[in-house]
Amino acid sequence: MNRSPYITDAPTVSIIMLKVLLALVPGIIAYYWVYGGGILVTLSLATVTALITEAAILKIRQRPVAPSLSDLSAIVTAWLLALALPPLAPWWLVVVGTFFAIAIAKQLYGGLGYNPFNPAMVGYAVLLISFPVIMTKWPTPLALAEAPLGMMDQLKLIFSNVLPVGVQLDAVTSATPLDYLKTQLMLKQEVADISSAPIFGHFGAKGGEFVTAGYLLGGLYLIQQRIISWHLPTAFIAAMALISLIFNIVDPTHFANPGFHLMSGAVMLCAFFIITDPVSGPTTPKGKLYFAAGAAVLTYLIRVYGGYPDGVAFAVLIMNMCVSLIDAYTQPRVFGHKQ
Amino acid sequence: MNNIIEFASKLIKGFTSDSTNEVYKFHGGVHPDGHKHESTTRPIAQLPIPEKLTLPLRQHVGYIPKIKVKVGDYVLKGEMIAEAEGTVSAAIHAPTSGTITAIEDAVIPHPSGLPDMCVTLAPDGKDEWKPLKPIDWKNTAINELITSLRSSGIVGLGGATFPTHIKLRKDGRSEIHTLIINAAECEPYITCDDMLMREHAHDIIQGIEIVQHLLGATKVMIGIEDNKPEATSAMTLASQTLTNATVTTVPTLYPSGDARRLIHLLLGIEVPHHKRSTEVGIQVFNVATVLAIYRYFTFGEPSVSRVVTVTGNVETPQNFEVLLGTPIPLLVAAAGGAKTDTTHFVMGGPMMGFDLPSTDVPVTKAANCIIAASPSLFAAPPPAMPCIRCTRCADACPVNLQPQELYWFAKSDNLEKARDYHLFDCIECGCCTYVCPSNIPLVQYYRYAKSEIIAADKAQEAADLARERNEFRLARIEREKLERAQKHAERAASAKNDEPKPEPVKADKERPASSAEADEAKKAAIAAAVARAKALKLAAAQTDATKTGSEEAPTIIENKSEPTATVSDEQAKKDKQALIAAAIERAKAQKLAAAQAGVAPKNTEDLSPKVKAEISEIETIRAKAKQMVEAKDPD
Repeated sequence: MNRSPYITDAPTVSIIMLKVLLALVPGIIAYYWVYGGGILVTLSLATVTALITEAAILKIRQRPVAPSLSDLSAIVTAWLLALALPPLAPWWLVVVGTFFAIAIAKQLYGGLGYNPFNPAMVGYAVLLISFPVIMTKWPTPLALAEAPLGMMDQLKLIFSNVLPVGVQLDAVTSATPLDYLKTQLMLKQEVADISSAPIFGHFGAKGGEFVTAGYLLGGLYLIQQRIISWHLPTAFIAAMALISLIFNIVDPTHFANPGFHLMSGAVMLCAFFIITDPVSGPTTPKGKLYFAAGAAVLTYLIRVYGGYPDGVAFAVLIMNMCVSLIDAYTQPRVFGHKQ
Repeated sequence: MNNIIEFASKLIKGFTSDSTNEVYKFHGGVHPDGHKHESTTRPIAQLPIPEKLTLPLRQHVGYIPKIKVKVGDYVLKGEMIAEAEGTVSAAIHAPTSGTITAIEDAVIPHPSGLPDMCVTLAPDGKDEWKPLKPIDWKNTAINELITSLRSSGIVGLGGATFPTHIKLRKDGRSEIHTLIINAAECEPYITCDDMLMREHAHDIIQGIEIVQHLLGATKVMIGIEDNKPEATSAMTLASQTLTNATVTTVPTLYPSGDARRLIHLLLGIEVPHHKRSTEVGIQVFNVATVLAIYRYFTFGEPSVSRVVTVTGNVETPQNFEVLLGTPIPLLVAAAGGAKTDTTHFVMGGPMMGFDLPSTDVPVTKAANCIIAASPSLFAAPPPAMPCIRCTRCADACPVNLQPQELYWFAKSDNLEKARDYHLFDCIECGCCTYVCPSNIPLVQYYRYAKSEIIAADKAQEAADLARERNEFRLARIEREKLERAQKHAERAASAKNDEPKPEPVKADKERPASSAEADEAKKAAIAAAVARAKALKLAAAQTDATKTGSEEAPTIIENKSEPTATVSDEQAKKDKQALIAAAIERAKAQKLAAAQAGVAPKNTEDLSPKVKAEISEIETIRAKAKQMVEAKDPD
């Protein structure tokens, strides 16, 4: 029998997924600090829903449950979705989104390795289309809020939609800078004036930019660990910077600077954690560059011209559709073959 | 674009180069643990002559050699017991003096575990050489030297076992300018080349001199991985006697010992995938092979032994110079024996070796290493998980293939697509499996896909051949029928000439064919038959005529309509004329059809019912023939 090689040296899928989860921790810490303990509740809810859904569907599909659950991929999907949702979203929103991501976007296509679309982004897109009002209601960072909510208050809000006595919902939520910029631009305001509002930080959203920096840190760790290739985040960030710079130079009154675009919304989460999903992404080095750049351009265009404040989810899903095409046309040159 | 990617890759990875020389790096590769030092602490030892030697006839790539001895023969050491037969073949010699005790099938060290023809020798313990004839290679014609190598039994000892005399033969097309000595020995555990270089550097260098002379190469490059400093210094020292020879260390990166990878490392040349290295003027030889060539010319010793690394789960890993045919258990015993948790033995390295089907197999010319395997050494792989397209395999592939795509195609039996994605460029080095987080046995999928494609190609070839043969047969039958038809036509025409003409005037009116016209008709019939035969020949010759050939197989009319008593003479003549006219028309149509590769129209109008019936009868026969053809065709 010829079953060589006899030796291997590879991290298991579980180790890879564990490192991805680990890399999310800096962002989560920043998140906790900026928005309060609600995120931990959301993360836990999503995790439990993901594991139960995955186990149930594997059972129905008559597949072994333990190996698939222990690969931790369901938890990665759950966390990414949870981090993309508004932190004080009602519990059922988290559950519905996670269920959709795992059951429909992942398992119905055949489970890990077979899903053509990024499950977390499918879950997010479904929620955004179905519940647009809740999905765009982000809490005001604690430092800015008139009435900062404590851990217990946040729990109550998430599970029973009850606010402390005397506190109005408007007092704890506000528009995100991306959203605010969009609505104010429609009111014929100029970028410079809009961005002087208190919700704006040094680059992006006040507070939110720390979360973004946390994702950047985690992402660099993943590159250092060779869990993700540098191609995707580099091309994504570069393309985003370039396109926003071009628009900004052409008309600075209507288009925010690259710094704002890079540090607000889900750009860093997308660059290091979402477009780097290997299953639904391209495999060739060149293809990764095209894929990431395409996602960045689409994200920008949806932000600026689309109906939603941020465009990451739709941009990624549209690029997911192009993956086999991109791969087919970017095959690298094989040793001993001409280009 | 590629430059940007490469530059950025370097930037990210850092400019940390572990090479000691300027070499041209290839894509991918892996760094498995070397496990070399275990077997390099002891010198190469001679194994005593065993009680029995089993010599498989198939120890090389190519044709099986012809046995020259019979059971009971006494042979001296070095005596030829099987001679090379055919171009690519190698001789087998008696590794020691003794008696031939059996010529029968026995299990050989091959992944299949199937038995093959072996000659068994019972040594007499004298180890007496046949009279040896050293060859003065400096004063002998190169052609003669290469011819004499044919009977040396020397094959590539790096594991490829390709007959050496073929590699030295001039093909008359390309001049060899560079001789590369493959001393990379990139597979973990294997150290036989390393030890040979440490202990026999001078002999190896002299061997290189001979090979260089035989090839007419102007330059020699000796490539050694940088994990063999002792061998490198020994070879560097010894190579000072050679001009135009350089010892180059290459980074320890599996699979740098693959010939194409080594050529690229040393020269920066990518041998085109469809060419041999000799076509770009480079020939590669393994150190052990070069040493064998030296011994053959200097002492007249044919290939009767080789150095084998015995390592892994044995007490004292070591290299042994072993007579070919030595049972492997003896070798393992010489290395202190296998430890108790040994499960099986592997021949070759851990990256490309294979499980020995049984321990009771002999050492062959391909046996560079025997590894005693245990669960702790080579752990059973965990169950395979789905591919997550992480592309670690693509990053590790030294050929720059896309292993994850090949896996997908192989798994779904999409074999044509696998071929399109250059499956046959895969060297089965195992790097992809080595790095796969999902524990997918990728190489096995590729071996499977390759063998399926090869089998399908062979089946297709056989089917094509059968179809061609059948078409020729059908064509022959047609031709014979036509010849018969022609004869009938001739006979009919001559019969008409012999007939007395009843009334000239009436004949003019009633019979449009005068005797001159009859002659013309005869000629036309002959011409038509010739034309039809030509059209048939053309159709059969068309390579893709597999379908069209059978479809447009020309319409055959067998002229059986001899005038009978019930049919009047007039009617018979008319029939004949109609037949001839129809034949001419048909021939024309067929000629046209063959030219256009269209379907031949059938001239079935204006024919008598009888003729039509005949046509339909023939049509049925043809349809049957077509069915037979299609039944044989797997498509």
